[in-house]
Amino acid sequence: MDERLSRREFILLTAAGLAGFFALWTLLAASGLVPKLFLPSPLAVAEKFADLTQNPFVGFTLQQHLLSSFGRFGAGFVLAAVIGVPLGLAMGWFRWLDGVVSPLFDALRFVAPIAWVPFAALWFGTGIGGPILIIFSGAFPPCVINAYRGAKYVEPRFIEAARTLGASHWQMITEVLLPASVPSIVAGLRISAGLAWQSLVGAELIVASSGIGYLMVKGQGSISTATVMSGMIAIGLVGFVIDLLLRQLEARIHRRRGR
Amino acid sequence: MNAGADRGFRLGVGVATFAALAAFWAAGSAQQWLPAIYFPPPGEVWTAFVQVLVQGYADGRLHQHFLHSCLLVLYGFVAAIAVGVPLGMLMGASRRAEALFNPAFLLVRPIPPLAWIPLAIVWLGLGDGAKVLVIWFAAFVPSVINSYAGVRSIEPHLVEAARSLGIPRAMFWREVLLPGALPLVFTGLRLSLQACWTTLVAGELIGAITGLGHLLYQAGLDLNPAMIVVGMAAVAVAGALTTALLTLVESRSMPWRAR
Repeated sequence: MDERLSRREFILLTAAGLAGFFALWTLLAASGLVPKLFLPSPLAVAEKFADLTQNPFVGFTLQQHLLSSFGRFGAGFVLAAVIGVPLGLAMGWFRWLDGVVSPLFDALRFVAPIAWVPFAALWFGTGIGGPILIIFSGAFPPCVINAYRGAKYVEPRFIEAARTLGASHWQMITEVLLPASVPSIVAGLRISAGLAWQSLVGAELIVASSGIGYLMVKGQGSISTATVMSGMIAIGLVGFVIDLLLRQLEARIHRRRGR
Repeated sequence: MNAGADRGFRLGVGVATFAALAAFWAAGSAQQWLPAIYFPPPGEVWTAFVQVLVQGYADGRLHQHFLHSCLLVLYGFVAAIAVGVPLGMLMGASRRAEALFNPAFLLVRPIPPLAWIPLAIVWLGLGDGAKVLVIWFAAFVPSVINSYAGVRSIEPHLVEAARSLGIPRAMFWREVLLPGALPLVFTGLRLSLQACWTTLVAGELIGAITGLGHLLYQAGLDLNPAMIVVGMAAVAVAGALTTALLTLVESRSMPWRAR
């Protein structure tokens, strides 16, 4: 819109923005306007964060909580990808399958993943199965939809060529549709990983007895705002790193395909 | 294959799928190879529906839960738009504003809306305020990002033309920036509406007095799967209704776009 900023101006403004954010926070905390109990200063949160990595809280240190969260996340996400991507590709090839699954999908689309919590607990318990079902229901749709879209937008001449050469259904899906839709699938996996991470947090807030969400619930219960904020920071960091890694994978695939 | 026949085929397969599922559900419940504790029979779901509609369940009748949840989403959503869209557009229009606000925004952005729930409860308790706050966060981030992207997507010619005609500042925002950004703004709003419902249901599952999430929570606690189904359906209907409402607003506010 307006002219570009000089490098100096950009750095100055960025620093001012950051400083303003933390200064406001510190001032609010120090002024006593908001009780310390509810708004610890940034420094206090940082100390708590460091403390949580050393001393166990509700049984585990922060890293151990993260590790157990990560196990659930991985299981739900991998399950969604392993079922969702092939299903989406097959829907892109077999019209009857598309006709069967798409309306079900449209009907279930508006059920928020979190609304599965009571059934997840009823069917699979609150240990490992329940949270995984919730993560799965968050991560599944983008896997299917993107694989399906990728398969639908394969250039028709590839399909015609393969058909002329007598490709079987199996060959068509694995050797034509799959390679052609890799960019779309990876884009879907990125969305799905983000949603899986969100759903994990939700699942752990409600049904779990370990993990980063559980740490936050316990922090909330004992009105330790610094613990809750440390949990938020950890969740934000891990989510950010997951997104960054998948973004790089995406960029690498696009580069290799010369785009 | 012409489009009409294709649509007929899809419709046919879709109807057949739902009919088959309904038959499977009814037969499975009647023959009792679908255990009623896990998969409630259709009759029980109907009874539960009538019960919550007429007598009420979990401290309220269905329309009370429904309206309560819809209102909370509306409050949070509107408040988020009121702050997020102007901020995003300002960041899009002025590189100075972008440099100033972006760092703080980047710190907040990776934290999933669900992760704000414990903090909101510590701050505001289990009442409606905490829910509106987390819904606000769920809608705030996407509305900033998309308003920003919307302003940036405006063709530079339009901006230059308006500037060279000496357009007053207020008119520039009203006649150039706002209409130019609207399509992407609405894309973002549609995405965030879904996130709002997820967040609200999670918030209400964790603690609430009325609302659809509270209905789900109570049904889960009572091991009442029929009521869980009713609650999930109600959440889906509420999500679909609010999305339809948003689509209506969208077409009204952009009459120049052919639908």
